[in-house]
Amino acid sequence: MNDKIQQKLEILSDAAKYDVSCASSGSKRKNTPGGLGNSNGMGICHSYTEDGRCVSLLKILLTNHCIFDCAYCVSRKSNDVKRAAFTVKEVVDLTINFYRRNYIEGLFLSSGIFKDADYTMERLVRIAKELRTIHKFNGYIHLKAIPGASDELIHEAGLYADRLSVNLEIPSEMSLKKVAPEKNYADVYKPMNYLQGAIKGYKEEKKVIRATPEFAPAGQSTQMVIGATPENDLHILNLANDLYDKQNLKRVYYSGYVPISEDNRLPVLKQPPLVRENRLYQADWLLRFYGFKVDEIVNAENPDLDPELDPKTGYALRNPHLFPVDINTAPYEMILRIPGIGVKSARKIVAARRHGRLRIDNLKKIGVVLKRARYFLTTADKDFRYLGFNPDAVRGFLTQPSGKKAAYNQLNLFA
Amino acid sequence: MTFTFDGTFEGLLTAIFETYRLKANPQRIIAEADWQDSLFEQPIFCATDHSYAERVLTGIEKKCGKAAVTLLHRCYLSELPEIPMLIYDFVKKAMASSRSILDNYGDDTVLALHKINKKIGREVHRMHAFVRFQRTKDDIYYSVVEPDFNVLPLLPDHFERRYPAQSWLIYDSRRRYGISYDQKKTEFITFEDDHRLHLRQLNKDVLDESEGDYQVLWKSYFDSVNIPERRNMKIHLQHVPVRYWKYLSEKRVQGGLR
Repeated sequence: MNDKIQQKLEILSDAAKYDVSCASSGSKRKNTPGGLGNSNGMGICHSYTEDGRCVSLLKILLTNHCIFDCAYCVSRKSNDVKRAAFTVKEVVDLTINFYRRNYIEGLFLSSGIFKDADYTMERLVRIAKELRTIHKFNGYIHLKAIPGASDELIHEAGLYADRLSVNLEIPSEMSLKKVAPEKNYADVYKPMNYLQGAIKGYKEEKKVIRATPEFAPAGQSTQMVIGATPENDLHILNLANDLYDKQNLKRVYYSGYVPISEDNRLPVLKQPPLVRENRLYQADWLLRFYGFKVDEIVNAENPDLDPELDPKTGYALRNPHLFPVDINTAPYEMILRIPGIGVKSARKIVAARRHGRLRIDNLKKIGVVLKRARYFLTTADKDFRYLGFNPDAVRGFLTQPSGKKAAYNQLNLFA
Repeated sequence: MTFTFDGTFEGLLTAIFETYRLKANPQRIIAEADWQDSLFEQPIFCATDHSYAERVLTGIEKKCGKAAVTLLHRCYLSELPEIPMLIYDFVKKAMASSRSILDNYGDDTVLALHKINKKIGREVHRMHAFVRFQRTKDDIYYSVVEPDFNVLPLLPDHFERRYPAQSWLIYDSRRRYGISYDQKKTEFITFEDDHRLHLRQLNKDVLDESEGDYQVLWKSYFDSVNIPERRNMKIHLQHVPVRYWKYLSEKRVQGGLR
């Protein structure tokens, strides 16, 4: 029996791994008497794969049988892969036993579409319901909301899951139509908007009636594939910003396209666009935690993020009139905008400067990345380098390879 | 002048109290066990006195709040050799200052303690993540760890909340004690003969029948979620330093340590 489950697990986790969400944070589910598990706001990564991604949840598909034929997906109908399907009991059993051994924070369950959306969604909901009600499981559950499923099923999912997600998959509808002819944006936004309303409604109600049950307490998220279609970073970040603003999403995930198929609807890439993906996440962070607006990060003249520089440094170099910043007097918001200073360092700086003026030495100890930051700030030390602040020169310092490599770039005297 | 104490947190606080009482300026405060006899110096040993320790803690709390007391206690668990003097310096500076020095990140002592506290937090978090339980025949979930710092006292809260209806035991094989939870409360335990407990993988005859299966399933899950095209060992090792691999059944080849 074990061999069969092992084989299913291999097939169905392999098919689920391209969904990048691994968050197990942001929920606040307490344990119940005699129950199993909790999720206390802070996520825990129980392991890391060799590609450097965190393993926090048991991330599997219920089945990889699918009636759709989306070019970007390994489980598409026309792809020749082994197919398998878990039973409800098998998923429940794996989740409970992995959880008890402290392997995982919970379950991330998605599925290929078999028969139709409602049929699939109903099975996902049934697993979550069984875990919560029969097994008193209070760990983290992330369910996929299947586009096209009825509002009632989506609603029921919200009552058992901590997080729900509907994937946009491709960052524009035009491109989506090309690679996934059966899909459209309306079907994706419908459950998203429904969930947004329901999450808000339950939150309001909970303020008045404390016994109101939790409804998707960790909110909803989405994912889009980057680099498979021609959209630029300006388009992608505007889309993400809208999703944060209008749909109140907790997270937007960017997944660098891994060439998983020889489908001729998609480009051939030598390797996934990992640098671009990384820059997008950095920009995403600037939007959510650093008070940046999209047009400060990318705009019509610079529609793509600079692969050589992080977006905050790029911003600073385009706005030389705002720098250098005096860390002893500038407001917190401006300190956050200095390249190389993160939220934690900025808070420490603001706290520490009440005790006395800060010097470069203090910043070093606080944990500021001086390699980048030193070009953009002044401290209590005397320093006249900034009198000639030259963005092009700074750009050169920050992008040229350091140490030995740099020496080779020097012109050869006798060439 | 050197002060020694019995190696406990309260002992250290007592020693700090003594430096004040004797109006002494200590060069060193050190656990008695770490003291090496010297021809030129006779250390002053301070026997632990709860009321003295309590008075030091009250003083710190008055000056810098409860958070400072927690900070010092957590830092003490790091067992670093410089810790007694850092705590002494902190107390001295806190007492001399008219306001709380807890957030004075420009001060070397304060910053050093915050950094150590961060390391402790990281180690605690790693224990939350990397503890792997094995289910035994008598239905106890057992795990053995060797944390860098003495963090076991900081673990019960998390595991009690997570597994209230499950008996578990986490054993520190380096410091040779464990915490054991019986679905009511957690207790510290030591074993006369603990050589079996040093084994990371318990013997088949004491394990639950299904335990081996789940270890195999977990390992095969771990292997199949990896995306080879995105291989990035630098980040992998940054997150799971090699010294933690020994805890992780998924990082072992089947049937033994790699």
